[in-house]
Amino acid sequence: MGKLKVSIRGLELKNPVMTASGTFGYGEEFADFFDLSRLGGFVVKGTTLNHREGNPYPRMVETPSGMLNAVGLQNHGVDYFINNIYPRIKHIDTQIVVNVSGSTVADYVAVCEKLNDVENVNAVEINISCPNVKQGGMAFGTTCTGAETVVSAVRAAYHKTIIVKLSPNVTDITEIAKAVEAVGADAVSLTNTFLGMAINVETRKPYLSTITGGLSGACIRPIAVRMVWQTAHAVNIPVIGLGGIMNGRDAIEFLLAGASAIQVGTANFIDPTVTIKIIEYINDYMLRHNIDDVNDLIGGML
Amino acid sequence: MKKYVKNFKVVDNIRMGDLYGLLKLAPIDGIMPDMLPGQFVQVYINCRDTYLRRPISINFVDKLRNELWILVRDAGKGTHHLLQVQRGDILNLVLPLGKGFSIKQGGKILLVGGGVGVAPLLLLGKILKEQGCLVSYLIGAKSKEDLLLIDEFAKYGVLYLSTEDGSMGEKGFVTQNKILQSDFDLIQCCGPLPMMKAVAKIARERHIDCEVSLENMMACGIGACLCCVEDTVSAGNVCVCKNGPVFNTNDLKWEN
Ligand SMILES: Cc1cc2nc3c(=O)[nH]c(=O)nc-3n(C[C@H](O)[C@H](O)[C@H](O)COP(=O)(O)OP(=O)(O)OC[C@H]3O[C@@H](n4cnc5c(N)ncnc54)[C@H](O)[C@@H]3O)c2cc1C
Ligand SMILES: Cc1cc2nc3c(=O)[nH]c(=O)nc-3n(C[C@H](O)[C@H](O)[C@H](O)COP(=O)(O)O)c2cc1C
Ligand code: FES
Repeated sequence: MGKLKVSIRGLELKNPVMTASGTFGYGEEFADFFDLSRLGGFVVKGTTLNHREGNPYPRMVETPSGMLNAVGLQNHGVDYFINNIYPRIKHIDTQIVVNVSGSTVADYVAVCEKLNDVENVNAVEINISCPNVKQGGMAFGTTCTGAETVVSAVRAAYHKTIIVKLSPNVTDITEIAKAVEAVGADAVSLTNTFLGMAINVETRKPYLSTITGGLSGACIRPIAVRMVWQTAHAVNIPVIGLGGIMNGRDAIEFLLAGASAIQVGTANFIDPTVTIKIIEYINDYMLRHNIDDVNDLIGGML
Repeated sequence: MKKYVKNFKVVDNIRMGDLYGLLKLAPIDGIMPDMLPGQFVQVYINCRDTYLRRPISINFVDKLRNELWILVRDAGKGTHHLLQVQRGDILNLVLPLGKGFSIKQGGKILLVGGGVGVAPLLLLGKILKEQGCLVSYLIGAKSKEDLLLIDEFAKYGVLYLSTEDGSMGEKGFVTQNKILQSDFDLIQCCGPLPMMKAVAKIARERHIDCEVSLENMMACGIGACLCCVEDTVSAGNVCVCKNGPVFNTNDLKWEN
């Protein structure tokens, strides 16, 4: 067995395989399928200061090798998470990361302040890239000043690891990555979903209640790999790679492009046990290629 | 109820007309998970044109032969491909998902099904009968050819049929069938949305409790993505895949 441990600036992962926010519930939904403690970590659903009902149904449609979603950050708010959900999952021996969203800078700060004292949550992932909410969300993630404002405010309020989740819906993702690095982000994760849209030509109506939504799944992978590779060259902080990872091969591709860890999203819907297969694949790959430490794969494209 | 990702072997694929098929599936490892009527499975369909799994109701569990039955209607790319499977092929299922219908211990129950929506009512009728309920089936379809598994249903309840063209049973919609004027302790219904809404309306007018099974568009099927929500009176947006697919119509915000 090779060495699979990676470190995201103080956040120690037993292996580089995490799950992506909004695709893994609160972990519990997958507990019947495998032992969650085998994961490097999991990122829970986007959490806001107050309860959010999310967008009206319909919220999803399948697209070629992917899907569009318009969930709109439905969640019960951070207090509910801390009081009702966290106690049920805190015993799981893996890194639990809370994905944080807000409509105002003050919202992000308030949520992160509350999470400071949550013992087994050692990192937040700041979502400045959600395409499915009208206010805030992606708006903060598409300009350098917007991103800096949120991240510097959160940095002042939160004492553990800050991962900033970047939007791919920008002209140059490396500019945003450099901007958040400069104001104290410990790591960046990319990418979130790509803004997309689909129309039912029979009814002439959009498939989603919000008309536009976020595209995820295998169809976005080559773009995500490119963005991870560019970003890994542009910043000195670790990059967490995601976007269309369906199997172990895809995970290795992201590591080679420069990701220090990866997240699996939509693929969990198709095979709830896919993350375990990915961990096993990485291990086998390392044996096959005589690599003792997974860290030697990071940025290892020749 | 514990959920599994499990391989099943196709034991039989019985074609029923142009649009429907009954697939009989046996677990490769011989172990059939516990399931309740109204729960569903997520089928992986190995074809180029689909990406996500497809939700399909549990039609029946044949304990004697250790078979799980699913009734499939050709509704598009995935179900069309699914209906082509052959004896011996392997299907990967995630199951059992959702909460099923409530199981009354006795009483007069009317099970109303339309089209392929009859699927979950077969296992439901069997279990209800075992619990000492008096089961009646009201089954509706466009035409005789769309009335599925009639002989099977007859084993567990009294049959009332409606076809739109009058080729079998009463002519018209299920909602026009005379049996709906009788008294029941509970109506349990699965079919096209307009049919379920019409049945719910009649049930409400007659002060009969009514449960329906919804078919919202799903991605994960296990409550992880929040794509399949239905707006409820008791809790706002809830996942149909996890809190449903069966709901008491009093909890739904259906107009009228
Ligand atoms: C809980 C549940 C139980 C179901 N049980 C059965 C069953 O026992 N037998 C059966 O034949 N079908 C059942 N369905 C419907 C079945 O899931 C859809 O017909 C199927 O997903 C369509 O996939 P497709 O690839 O064939 O169609 P696509 O090519 O993807 O789409 C074709 C048409 O089907 C519609 N469709 C797509 N997904 C769904 C969906 N999830 N629900 C309803 N319509 C959809 C689309 O809007 C489109 O009009 C059930 C659905 C749910 C949610
Ligand atoms: C249904 C759904 C809900 C999502 N919700 C969130 C969310 O709450 N916060 C977030 O940062 N990303 C969210 N995402 C984005 C994913 O975490 C991920 O960035 C994206 O899906 C790309 O990865 P994938 O192709 O592996 O799915 C969501 C994605 C999907 C499909
Ligand atoms: S389909 Fe994912 S939550 Fe219901």
